[in-house]
Amino acid sequence: MTSAPDNETAAAPAVALPAPIARSSVSTDVALISTFAAFIAVCAILPGIPTGSGVPITLQTFAVILAGLVLGWRRGGLATLLYVVLGLAGLPIFSGGVGGVAVLAGPSVGYLLAFPFAAALAGVFGGLALRGADRLMASSFAGRFGDGIGRAPSAWRYPLLVVAGLGASFLTIHPAGIAGLMVRLGISLPEAFAIDVVYWPGDVLKNLAAAAVAVAIFKAFPDMLRSRR
Amino acid sequence: MIALDDVLVTAYSPDPAGGADRVVRLLGPVSLELVEHRVAIVGANGSGKSTLARLLNGLVLPSSGTVRVDGLDTARDGAAVRRKVGFMFTDPDAQLVMPTPVEDVALSLRRLPISAAERDTAARAALARFGLADRAEVPVHALSGGQRQLLALASVLATEPTVLVCDEPTTLLDLRWRAVVDALLADLPQQVVVVTHDLDAALRADRVLVVDEGAVVFDGDPASAVDHYRALMQVGA
Amino acid sequence: MSGPIRPPWAGPLGLYHPGTTVIHRAPAGLKLAVLAVFAIAVVAVRGPVSAVVFLGVALLAQLVARIPWHRTTRGLVPALVTAALIGAYQWWARGWATAVEVAVDLVALVLLGAVVTATTRADTLLDALARLARPLRHVGLSPETFALAVGLFLRTIPVLARMSLETRDAARARGLDRQPRALLVPAAVRMVGHARATGDALAARGLGES
Repeated sequence: MTSAPDNETAAAPAVALPAPIARSSVSTDVALISTFAAFIAVCAILPGIPTGSGVPITLQTFAVILAGLVLGWRRGGLATLLYVVLGLAGLPIFSGGVGGVAVLAGPSVGYLLAFPFAAALAGVFGGLALRGADRLMASSFAGRFGDGIGRAPSAWRYPLLVVAGLGASFLTIHPAGIAGLMVRLGISLPEAFAIDVVYWPGDVLKNLAAAAVAVAIFKAFPDMLRSRR
Repeated sequence: MIALDDVLVTAYSPDPAGGADRVVRLLGPVSLELVEHRVAIVGANGSGKSTLARLLNGLVLPSSGTVRVDGLDTARDGAAVRRKVGFMFTDPDAQLVMPTPVEDVALSLRRLPISAAERDTAARAALARFGLADRAEVPVHALSGGQRQLLALASVLATEPTVLVCDEPTTLLDLRWRAVVDALLADLPQQVVVVTHDLDAALRADRVLVVDEGAVVFDGDPASAVDHYRALMQVGA
Repeated sequence: MSGPIRPPWAGPLGLYHPGTTVIHRAPAGLKLAVLAVFAIAVVAVRGPVSAVVFLGVALLAQLVARIPWHRTTRGLVPALVTAALIGAYQWWARGWATAVEVAVDLVALVLLGAVVTATTRADTLLDALARLARPLRHVGLSPETFALAVGLFLRTIPVLARMSLETRDAARARGLDRQPRALLVPAAVRMVGHARATGDALAARGLGES
């Protein structure tokens, strides 16, 4: 009944192989979006370090930036949007285990509403970083072939992704967070800035971690690079 | 009937030197027809047996050649093929997508043209069939591993597919649950294609395929197939 | 979103407090609209007197809805701490009038928000959102996909929690539990693997395809 020919090895034969055909990715996209939204929730619920302004330091921004870097602007933004919408709908998934529209009235409103934009922007910058890393690697190979061999293919990815994540969070989360503090606490720009600065060291560390984890994910699932748009 | 005609499956593999991705062969070329009531697929990890199973309902599409189920092409009529061919995974945690059992089964039933109330009734009936009636509202994460696998089976069978493909359905289960799931699978009226590491289960099939390094290296009666597989694994060891 | 009452919404994961008061029975959309108007009024109307009036309105809503205090305090404690700190700071920087206005406005807004949350079931709110999102089906986001994503989200939280514990145990077994890298990287890689397996399962069940 069968006529499977004897292929001795799985090594690529001399003839060109037909290109793989991918099935529709819609269901995988839904799964990735929901899973990253749940990951942001888990990172937010984990006990954070309380601060005087009522906006605790949590792993939340790590998860938000990671969603953008790994999934790209569209899916990363949607994952973060799903998280924010479900929290506002009343699930206690915001930092400190709170939820509901009351959070919009609190001092952290700016940070929260900036998250989807931060993830989307991290996705855009992340895409530029990954393409840039490929180009830099290709040129370093062309330039000094001998030195380049020992270099891991993803050597450029890490620093560029760190820059992408930092850029995204400092262009969205911090300005919006400062604006939220000013409106909700009735304070001036310098005063709100002084509160926001407290989060900077943690934010840098979280972006370093997010880029490292993103590099590891791309290493484990190379096709995530292909589907990341 | 499931028919594979000159099927070749390839995948992109990153070039370790950092160049463009290469295309590598995962499975095939393979041609076969599956008509038997119970078919088992055995093979080492990474041999391509899961790829073979995933071809049968269009989860993996052939790079060349065709896979047809009752004449439907998995590449062109994917949705129709998946209505005919149910698929059960090793890990029920990946398969169960809703917070409670009744919601999960009801989700499977969404493709049927029935009302929400009828869906709920049908879902509860499907759960009762697998002894999960009193678990309908319990959060899925509070079920035991065996109960979760039963629930996965209930969800897949709720839509009454004509073929059931199982990818190592008992690998994560203890002996008792393994016996429960095996007995349930044995009693199904559907055609069942099961990928397994359990050679006892393979011996109960009507036909066994041995997959190795992306090719079907033996195809025939269970006793000879299992002997062939044992010999193959000893040579590799 | 149809089907049975979803225990996780109303149970330990939800902040809903069951009841039959006027506020409970009011449509979710109306409550959100009132809250939005209230928030604008609180920001627009200045002065300590109006702030106290706003707080009175929020307290009245809490009484009418018959919500026990312990239900709202969980969300309120951080706001009270913040209000106390910012009140003290504003007193020092700008005087008592600003201090009262800022601190009391904050508590009033958070309290009324908590009342809306406690009197509105999350699935009712999400139903309203799904209706609002209906026009989005033209860009590929159907209400069914939204419902699927929500269910998957709820289902995934306990899975991720268990996964992170297992990863921590694995790191501990190798004596690596003090290295964040040995915790974060495997947990995240497993999470993505899980999401992809879930995507396969969704596809196999014919979900998420039009």
